[in-house]
Amino acid sequence: MDSTLINAIVNATLNVLRTMASVSSWAGKPYLKVDDVARGDVTGVIGMTGEANGTISLTFDEASILNIVSNLFGEEISDLNRDVSDAVGELTNMISGQARRELEEAGRLFKGAVPSVITGKNHRISHFTRGPIFAIPFKTEAGQFTIEVCLEP
Amino acid sequence: MDTTIKILIVDDFATMRRILKNILKKIGFTHIIEADDGSNALKVLEKEKVDLVISDWNMPKMTGIEFLKAVRSNTAFKDLPFLMVTAEAQKQNIIEAVQAGVSNYVVKPFTEEVITEKLVKILG
Repeated sequence: MDSTLINAIVNATLNVLRTMASVSSWAGKPYLKVDDVARGDVTGVIGMTGEANGTISLTFDEASILNIVSNLFGEEISDLNRDVSDAVGELTNMISGQARRELEEAGRLFKGAVPSVITGKNHRISHFTRGPIFAIPFKTEAGQFTIEVCLEP
Repeated sequence: MDTTIKILIVDDFATMRRILKNILKKIGFTHIIEADDGSNALKVLEKEKVDLVISDWNMPKMTGIEFLKAVRSNTAFKDLPFLMVTAEAQKQNIIEAVQAGVSNYVVKPFTEEVITEKLVKILG
């Protein structure tokens, strides 16, 4: 797996959540995911094109995303409603932008697409390419989320 | 900084409009209006006197950079303060925005302090 790209995505995720929502996250052990079932309740997916083509997804469990969105808005959010879906889309967009900026500093140019959001228990994530799915689980004080990166082989 | 001015926030994500609105209210601004893309923002500008625009870059129908160029091509708005707040921060984006006449540029993610600092620079 492309460690520069993975590190840029991880750094961007940690920074966006810390800066915008004051949420700290801790990475767990990465693994190769062999199915398309989301490890949580709401997922933001965004395509990246350039030196490599593929998708990044961020899947949050209910507890972690309600905590993150409550902090973003400065008020208690208790349901996985449309506001939460919109917030996951914007968070995905920001993480893609920041990761591409770090990659540009390493001399690698990528473009980002428009994010989409999927919600529901046991929903499935369709990555745009058929490469291996590299997953990194994270914990926050409230719950957990998983980043998936799938690049064309 | 004059907090009685009217500010137009342009972003397709309601989340970002809400975050920016909360920050502006904390600073003391009360006249805040919203649009969800560049073309709707242009319609707002035709109808209302706006003193500052805060716009995203990536939006459907008309992007932030297209909106900025349309604003600057109208002599009535050539000096309208225009702050771009965007995740698009690759060098080429910033150069294009500066060439198109952006007043200042904030990269997402941002803190409340960064927004305040940029507003002070633009509005004095």
